[in-house]
Parts: sequence; structure tokens; C-alpha cells
Amino acid sequence: MKPSDQPDAVDAVDEFRAPSDAPFLTGLIVLGGTYVAIIVLMFLADLAFTDTDSILGALREPEIRYSIKLSLISCTISTVLSVWVAVPIGYLMSRFQFGGKSAVDAILDIPIVLPPLVIGISLLILFNYPPFEWLSEHVVFEIPAVILAQFMVACAFAVRTMRVTFDQIPTRFEDVAMTLGCNRSQAFWKVILPQARHGLLAAATLAWARSLGEFGPILVFAGSTRMRTEVLPTSVYLEMQAGNTKGMLAVALIMVAAAVVVLVTARLFGMQRINA
Amino acid sequence: MIRVTDLCLNQGDFRLRDVSFAVPTGEYAALMGRSGCGKTTALEVVCGLRSFESGRIEVSGREVGRLKPAERGIGYVPQDRALFPTMRIRDQIAFSLVIRRWSPKEIGRRVDELAELLGITHLLDRMPEGLSGGESQRIALARALAFRPKALCLDEPLNALDEELHDEICELLDEVHRQTRVTVLHITHSPSEARKLAGIVFRMADGRITEEGAPE
Repeated sequence: MKPSDQPDAVDAVDEFRAPSDAPFLTGLIVLGGTYVAIIVLMFLADLAFTDTDSILGALREPEIRYSIKLSLISCTISTVLSVWVAVPIGYLMSRFQFGGKSAVDAILDIPIVLPPLVIGISLLILFNYPPFEWLSEHVVFEIPAVILAQFMVACAFAVRTMRVTFDQIPTRFEDVAMTLGCNRSQAFWKVILPQARHGLLAAATLAWARSLGEFGPILVFAGSTRMRTEVLPTSVYLEMQAGNTKGMLAVALIMVAAAVVVLVTARLFGMQRINA
Repeated sequence: MIRVTDLCLNQGDFRLRDVSFAVPTGEYAALMGRSGCGKTTALEVVCGLRSFESGRIEVSGREVGRLKPAERGIGYVPQDRALFPTMRIRDQIAFSLVIRRWSPKEIGRRVDELAELLGITHLLDRMPEGLSGGESQRIALARALAFRPKALCLDEPLNALDEELHDEICELLDEVHRQTRVTVLHITHSPSEARKLAGIVFRMADGRITEEGAPE
């Protein structure tokens, strides 16, 4: 560059204007906004289609009351079981290297990617073989089948959440705890698990929500017997079969309300921190 | 005394080749070298946080190479301090003593003694969130010293501190060493740090000790 060119170059720098961010931000807002709007509109349409009397009427029916009760109990049990299993598996997968780890990792994801109906069919077939066969009479098409079907899917999500949680906690904490006198178990209980509490809550919330929405495996493995293995998604299905659209929507809205309560509670107790 | 003899390790990027050095009892030693030369790996092996292939590690005349980290009697302060985020400072310092089942009275006395030595009495009831780098370093030191370790391993303890804090913690380390007479192995890449604190310096390059002597 010639020295005489330099003032022009400086002017060019001064006059440079970066392209506007507006198209990019508009794209983000339009795409994201459309999706959020569809979710909200869906529920508004549900609300518009039904009325308070239908919801209260549904709540008064003994079958629906039973399905709400069974849903709450079975979801809570399957959540406790899921977290109980997910914590050790998540920790093991996060901290240890062993032969076949990739295979175990893939197996743990199967319930997430498999169509839920297939889980129900596989459970049903599994209970045709010993030792499961011996318990078949007390499990298949009974309440334990509801819990087991919910657990099989919900646990996979809880495992994934706990693994990510433990991955985010540096191993340095265990190192320090062990030099201070802990064995691995003490380091886990005293130092690592307290740090994983937000992840634990996230895993429990996710497991509960997944359990509440589970339908396919329950239909196949536990059946849809009223006042016996009927949970809320089954009620929606049965009301739909009976052509009772208002009743079906009323139950669906009860499920939406339950999901909202769980999500809000989880956020109030700090789940947003794990998302952050 | 910390005595390391013919230590060998070959785990991918982590490599130590016939590493031998000895830090006499009560002495302050600096282990120096460029990033990636194996200083931290050597320190972690001494603390029992990394396995090794061959060699011998002794602390106060006892072979500790095959012992668990908890059984070696070595206090460890990692580069990032790793203060436990869910514990109050008092509980962090008391941690090793609770594990060793000291009586609450003895624990209280020891925590107060260390808090006074390190100037952190006013922080005892706080959580670690929001502490400054200097405060975190003092607490990490107190926690590592609480159970009266035979040796103290410090992994770049003055790293990421501004100049003023650097000098302040440097003086503090010197003071703590004079008062406790604990054997210290301090990793650094700073010659001035080694000069100020260490009585003996080991230089490392490419996974082996290349030089040993007084600080320049």
C-alpha cells in the first residue's frame, strides 16, 4: 500500500458498518415463537372445546378418580425406583472405565429410542420365561405391570440425566476427599451426591413426567381394565373409545395440569440451575 | 521426608521416566518445569490419585506407593482448590477430622487454630461461593493441613492470583511452613516463586528430573 492510500483506508475503517442482526434475530424469534405458540394454542383449543362442568364431572366419576389415584401412586413409585437405579448407574458410567462400556451405554439408551409399545410387548414376552414366569400371575395385567412399564422407560431418562449430572462434577472433588481420608464410598456420599442434588431433582421430575405420560407399554403389559390397571392415559384412551370427547379432554387437561404442577415445583426447587 | 525412587508411568499423554527425588523432612521443595512436562502427574502419583507402573514412594520412611490416598498422610491442594460447594468453610476444614472421628471439641479447637493461622476466622460460617482467589487458597490450605499431614503437596497454588495476592499468599505459605514445619512439595513454573519459598528445587522435562539444587 502506498503511503498516500492510508487516509482512505482509515476512512474505510471508520465508515464500515456491520450487517444488521435483525434478519438473524427475526429468524430465531419466528421459528421459536411459532413452536411456543402452537403449544399454547393446542391447550387453549382444548380448553375452548371443554368446560368446567365437564372437568368437574370427570373428576366426580369413580373410574377417573381411581385412575388419578393409581397414576399418582404408580408414577411416584416408578420415580423412586428410577432414581434409586439411575444414581448408581449414572455414577458408574460417569466415573469408571471398563470393558464393554460402550455396549452398556447403548443398551441403556434402548428404552429411549425404542417405540414404547415394543417395550410393553417385550415385557409381556419376558414374563413368559422363568424366573419372571413364576411372578407372571401377580404382575402381568396387574398394578405391578403398570409400575414396571412406567419404570422401564422413565429409568432410562433418569439414568441419562444422572450421568450428565455426574459428568459435570469434576473428579477433583473426589481426589481431594480421598486425600483427606475418605474411601470412594464416603467421597460419593459426603461430597459428590450433595453436589448432584439439582440433577437428582431433575431426574426425578423427568421420570415422574415420563411415567405419567406412559401409555403404550401399559396398554400391552398391564391392559386397560377399568378400576384395576387404568391410569390417566388409559382413561383418555377409554373415553375416546367410548366416543366421550368431552370426558377425554377433561382427563387430558387434568394430565396437563399435573405436568405443569410438577414442572413449576421442580423449577421452584432449583431445577433451572441444572438446565443453566 | 518424601522420597520418590525410579518412578515410571506410561498412560497415553501422561509419562514419567525414572523419576527420583527426595525432599528432606521439614523442607520446602519446588518441582519446576514447563507445562506438560509431568509435574502434576508426578504430584498426583505421590498423592495416590494416579497409579504407576514401577518405582517406590516413601513418606516419612514408610512405603506408601500401594496405599490408598487416604492412608498416605499427605495433604493435597489442587490447582483449582476444589472447595466443596455444598459445605460451610468450617465444615470443609473439619472434614478430614470428622472422617477420622476426632471429638467435636478437638475438631473445634483445630479449626479455630488453623483459621487464625490462615486469617480466615471471619469466613468460617460462609459457603465457598463468591470467595476471592486468595480466600479460597487459604481455606484449601487449612483443609489440607487440618489432619496434621506428614507432607503437603501443592499444585501451582499461586496460579491465577493477581500480583498483590500472589505476594500475600507467598508470604502466607512461608509463614505456614515456618510454623508447621511440614514437608512441602510445591509445583510451579515460576522461578521467582521457587526462589522466595523453596530450599530445594527439582527441574523436570519430558517426564524426568533433569536438575536438582538450590533455587537460582
